[in-house]
Amino acid sequence: MKHKSVSINGKTTQLDAEARDNLVDFIRAKGFTGTHVGCEHGVCGACTVIVDGQAVRSCLMLAVQAEGKEITTVEGLSPDVGLSELQQAFKKHHALQCGFCTPGMITTLHALLSHEPDADEARIREVISGNICRCTGYIPIVDAALEARQFYK
Amino acid sequence: MKLPPLSYQSPHNLSDAVALLAQHEGAARVIAGGQSLMPLMSLRLAQPSLLVDLAKIADLKTISTDPLEIGAMVTWSEIERHKGLKERIPLLAEVVRHVAHYQIRNRGTLGGSLAHADPAAEFPAVAITLDAVLSVIGPQGVRKIAANDFFVNALETSLHDDEIIMSVHFPAWPAKRRWAFQEFARRHGDFAIAGIILFYDCDAQGRVMNAHVGLFGPIARAQRLSAVEQALNGQKLSAALIEAVTQNATAGLDIHVDAQGSEAYKRSLAGTLLKRGLLSTL
Amino acid sequence: MHASHHKTQANTYIGSPIERIEDYRFLRGEGQYVADLSFDGQVHAVIVRSPIAHGIITKIDTHQALAMPGVIAVLTADDIGADIPTIPFRRPNPTIGPYAQPIIARHKVRYFGEPVAIIIAQSAALAEDALAGVDVSYEALPPILDRHSSMADHTILFEVTKTNIATVFNADKGDVYAAFKRADVIVRDQLSTQRQTALPMETRGLVAQWDSATQHLKMYGAAKLPFFNRTTMAAMMKLPPENVDYIEVDVGGGFGARGEFYPEDYLVAFAARALNRPVKWIEDRREHFTAIGHSRESSCDVEMALSKDGTILGMRGDLFVNIGAYVRPNGLTPVRNAAQFMSGPYRIPNIGLKAYAFMSNKTPAGTYRGPGRYEGSYFIERLLDQAAAATGINRLALRRKNLVTSPEMPYPLAPVLPSDGRAETNCDSGDNTVTFDRCVQEFNWDQKARLDGTCVDGLYHGLGIACFIEGGASGPSETARMECEADGSVSVYVGSSAIGQGLETIMSQIAADALELKMDRIKLYHGSTNLLKEGWGSYGSRGTVMGGSAVQLAAQDFIKRFRELAAEVLNVPSDNLSYSSGRMNAPDGRFITLEEVARKGISGYGKFNNATPTYTYGTAAVHVSVDIGTGAVNVLDYTVVDDVGKVINPLTLHGQVMGAAVQGFGSVFSEDLAYDDNGTPLVGTLADYLLPLATDYPHIHCVTMEDYPSPTNPMGAKGAGEGGIIPVGGATANAIASALRSFNVQPRDLPITPSKLWSLIHEKA
Repeated sequence: MKHKSVSINGKTTQLDAEARDNLVDFIRAKGFTGTHVGCEHGVCGACTVIVDGQAVRSCLMLAVQAEGKEITTVEGLSPDVGLSELQQAFKKHHALQCGFCTPGMITTLHALLSHEPDADEARIREVISGNICRCTGYIPIVDAALEARQFYK
Repeated sequence: MKLPPLSYQSPHNLSDAVALLAQHEGAARVIAGGQSLMPLMSLRLAQPSLLVDLAKIADLKTISTDPLEIGAMVTWSEIERHKGLKERIPLLAEVVRHVAHYQIRNRGTLGGSLAHADPAAEFPAVAITLDAVLSVIGPQGVRKIAANDFFVNALETSLHDDEIIMSVHFPAWPAKRRWAFQEFARRHGDFAIAGIILFYDCDAQGRVMNAHVGLFGPIARAQRLSAVEQALNGQKLSAALIEAVTQNATAGLDIHVDAQGSEAYKRSLAGTLLKRGLLSTL
Repeated sequence: MHASHHKTQANTYIGSPIERIEDYRFLRGEGQYVADLSFDGQVHAVIVRSPIAHGIITKIDTHQALAMPGVIAVLTADDIGADIPTIPFRRPNPTIGPYAQPIIARHKVRYFGEPVAIIIAQSAALAEDALAGVDVSYEALPPILDRHSSMADHTILFEVTKTNIATVFNADKGDVYAAFKRADVIVRDQLSTQRQTALPMETRGLVAQWDSATQHLKMYGAAKLPFFNRTTMAAMMKLPPENVDYIEVDVGGGFGARGEFYPEDYLVAFAARALNRPVKWIEDRREHFTAIGHSRESSCDVEMALSKDGTILGMRGDLFVNIGAYVRPNGLTPVRNAAQFMSGPYRIPNIGLKAYAFMSNKTPAGTYRGPGRYEGSYFIERLLDQAAAATGINRLALRRKNLVTSPEMPYPLAPVLPSDGRAETNCDSGDNTVTFDRCVQEFNWDQKARLDGTCVDGLYHGLGIACFIEGGASGPSETARMECEADGSVSVYVGSSAIGQGLETIMSQIAADALELKMDRIKLYHGSTNLLKEGWGSYGSRGTVMGGSAVQLAAQDFIKRFRELAAEVLNVPSDNLSYSSGRMNAPDGRFITLEEVARKGISGYGKFNNATPTYTYGTAAVHVSVDIGTGAVNVLDYTVVDDVGKVINPLTLHGQVMGAAVQGFGSVFSEDLAYDDNGTPLVGTLADYLLPLATDYPHIHCVTMEDYPSPTNPMGAKGAGEGGIIPVGGATANAIASALRSFNVQPRDLPITPSKLWSLIHEKA
C-alpha cells in the first residue's frame, strides 16, 4: 500500500493524518510548533504557511489535502543559526512583542516579497491585512518589510 | 473548534466525483478551496460525512479568454495573475482585489464562492450582473444555468446535492465598455455591507445602452436594479441624471437589518455607492 | 555577540534602544507557548458551557458522552464535592462577598459560557465530539442584561443579597455642591463605552501536571500574577503553597485579561489530580469570546462646573459599570479607576462621583488595558469640548489652563471609598502643560486647524485633543534574585511576568548596568513561582518599575556578597576593594573575577517595596476626515506625546505606545461585544469582532519625553504600558464632533460605527 507523504521544510514526511485533521494541527504534531493556532476559522493568519510557494491559511486546509505538496513553515525560513534578513529586519524594527502572530507574518511576507520584491507600502499593508496583530499596531512590521525588500531582489 | 469526524475522497475525474455525491444522498459535500466550508465545519455548522475534494480534477482548472470561460476550481489568485483575463475583462481583476485576503485568494475558488452563495460576496453578484452562465454536471449529465436562476436565496442555490459546478461562462466584453465597482466594508477584505457592480455601453451618440446595474450585500441575493437600468438606457449620462436615478434605487428590495446597519442606512449606502460608481464612469 | 547590544547612551544599556533578546526565538518559531508543550500520558480537556444566560440546571446526564470514543471522564459539580470553591478577590471590599465566582456552576448558570462540566478525552477533537453527548437540561430564567433592569432590583440575581449593585465607590474631594452653586457654566452629558474583550492573539491554555507521590501540582500557562494564583490554587486544592507551582512559559499577550484566576485553572487541576494524568486545556477562539474576562461596558451621567474664564470648579455625577455575572478577582478595578481617574491631569478641586458596579447575566468583567481610565478620559474629554463651546473659549486654551503643573506636584486625585487598600493617590511628578505644548507643536495643530470643520473633496475634517494620566508601578512589592554561574555569567530571576512587553530584554538591561557586565552575560528568568519564594507579577504597568527596581536591589546585594568573598581571597579589607565590570579590585592592582570565585556561591536578593504609584502623562491629538455618505472615518494623523520619567528602552516603549493607540482605535470604531435580548452573544468569531487590521491606522506618531522622573524609584521610571490607549476615545470623538459641527453631531455612545455616525448625521431625533 502506497503511503501518502508531504514535504515539510524540504523533508519528506509521512502523511499519517486522520481525514479530519487540519494542516496546522498536523504540522504542529510533527514538531513544527512555530506555526500557531489563533482562531481555527481562517481569519487571524497566525497559522499561515507556504504551500507550493503560496501563502495559505493552514487551518483551512485538511492535512490530507497537502499530499505531494511542499510546505514551508517559519522553521524552514530560519537559517541553522541566527536569523534570516527578513527576521533581522523584524528584530531591528521591533516588529514583534508577544511573538504569537510573528511566524504568520514572516511566512506571509516571505511569500509576498519572493513574488513581488518591489511591493510598496500599500501593497504590503494590503497583504498583511490578513494577519492580525494585537500588540504592535502594524507600523513596525511594515517598516521591517519595506527594509527587507532589498534582500529579495 | 476541531473538525467533526468525516471521511475524505479526492477523485481524479468528474464522473467519479458525481457518483460519490449521488451515493451519499446529501450527506456528502464538495470541498473546493475550503475557505468557506472549513470554518463552517470548525464551528460544526456543517457536518458532512464525506468530503469530495475536486482538487485533482484537471478539467476544472482551465481559463479561456475566447470564449470567456473560467473553470470552477480556478483560484482568485490565478484570476488575478491571468494577463489575458485582465485585458479582456478588467472588471474581474478589479473585483478580485476585494475578495477576502491574500492567503484566502491562494486557495479560494470561483466555483466554491458561487456554490456557497453568501449574499455579501462579490462574485455571485458579478455572475448575476454580467449574465454569466454556469455549466453544472450531475448524474443526469450537464446542464447550463443562467446565474440569475442559479442563486435562489442567502446561502441557497439551485444546485442539487449531487451536482458540481464545472465552469462559468461570461458573455464577450467589449473593449470600450464603461464599468464600475464600488463596495463598502468595515475593514479591508471584510464582506461588503453593500456593493455595486455596473456596466454599460455607449451608442454612436454617446447615450447609455445595455445598462446592467447589480446590487449586493444587504439583500438575500444580488439583484439587478432594473428601474435604474431603464432610467439610464437611452440617456446621456450626467451628474443630474445620476442624482435622479439614485433616488429610491433600492425601492421594492427587502433589506436585511443587522449589526452593520439599519434599513435606512443600507438603502442610503447603496444609493451612495451607485452614485459614486456612475460618476466614476463619466 | 550581536552588534545590536551595543550601548549608545552614556555607556549604559538603560536608555538605549537595545534589540530584544526574546525576538530570536520568536522569529525562528522556537517560542514555547503553552499549546506547544507536550507531556507523556497527557489527556485533553474541553469545557461544557452554558448555552443560556440565566437559568437553573435541572439535569446533567453524562452517560452518553462517557460511552463515546476516547472519553476518559466527564466531571461536574457533584464530582467536585459539596463545597464548590469560589475565586478570591485580589482587593478587599465590604459588599462583594456574595458575588464571588464559583469554579463551576452547580445549581444556577448566570452567563452564556459559564462552565457546567469538564470532559477529559484522549484528544481535543474527541473531547469536543463528546460535547454532543453531555445532556444538560435548563429551566431558563429571564436574563438581566443592562443597567436599568439590573439597578431597578426587581429581579435580584443573588438571593442572599438585596441588590444587584455589588458596590458603589465614592470619589469625593472638596465641596462639589458649593462649586456647582457658584458656577457660571455647567455642562452635562450622558455617555457610554461598549463591552469589549482584550483579544490577545493567543487564546488561554493550561497544562496541569500532578505528581501523586509528592502531592505536587505544576500548572503551566501562568501569566500576569503567578504567585497570587499559586496561593489561590493551593488553598482550593487544600495543599501547602509550596506544593503548587505556577510555571510561566511564553505568553501571547495579556492586556489585563489573561492571567487572573479563572474557573478553568481549578477544573483542569482538579481533573489532573482525579485522573492522575497530565491534563491539557487549550481554549478555542469561539470559547474565548465568552470565557475570558470582558471589560469596558460603562455609562455615565456627569456634569462639569466652570467659571466663565474657563476655570474648572468641579465635576460630579454617576458612573455605571456592567461587571457581568460575578465579581472577578480584579472586577472592581475599572470601576474605582473610572471614579478616581476621570479627572485625569486636570486641576479639579471639587469632585463628587459615584461609580456603581452592577451585576448582569453576561460574562464576568475584569480589566483591559487602561481599565476605567480609558472610559473616564472619554467622559471628561467630551465634557471639556462641550465646555469650550459653552464658554466660548478655545478647546486648547481651556484645557491648558486647567492642566496640573509641576509646582503642584504631588497632586492629589480624589480619594476613593470604600478603600481597597489604595484609597488615596497623588500624581507623583510632571508638568502636563509641557507635554501638551509639545503635542500641539508636533501635531502641527495650528496649521491643521484651518481644516477643522470644513469639507474638502467631499470629506469633513476635524481635530480633537485629549490629555491623560496613566497609573503605574502598582505595589506592594516585587522580588528578584541573582546567582553567579560557574563561567561567571549571572542568572537573574524576577517575579515579574512576561506578556510580550520585552521583559527579558529590559530586565537584562537593568541587570547588566547594575552589575557593569555585558548584556550577554545575563540570563533572565521570569514569572514562575519556583524561581523565587515570593513575587507579584505584571499588571497595572508595574513590570519595569517594580521588577527593575528589585533587580537593582538584588544586584547591590550580589556585589556585596562578591565583595565579602573577594576580601577573603585577596586578604584585603572589603572596604578597600572597588567593584568594576565583574571584578573586585584591590588597591595594589590585584583583582579577582566573578568566575574565579563563582564556585563559592555568589548570590543576591532584592525586594522592592513601593506604595506610591507612578503617573506617566501626556496629550494626544487626532485629525480625522468623515465620509458622510458611508459614515466611515479615516484617521489622518494621531500624535501622542507622553512623559514616562525615564525610558529604559526607547524601542520597546515606543512599541507599547503605538500598539496601545491602535487598540484604542479598535475601541472607538469597531470592537463591540453585543448581546441579544436573551443574553446570547451576537459576536463569537474574529469575523464579527472587528479588530484593527494593517490597513486601518497607519498614521500614528509618538514622542516620549523624560523631563520629570518619578521620585518613587531609583531609576525615576514610570509605568508606561497603558497610557497609549487612554486618550484615544475622547480625542477621536471630539475630532468627529468637530468635523461634523455643521450637522450638530455629538457622539455619545461608543463605538462610532459607520451606520451609527450616518444616523447621527442624517437622522435627527
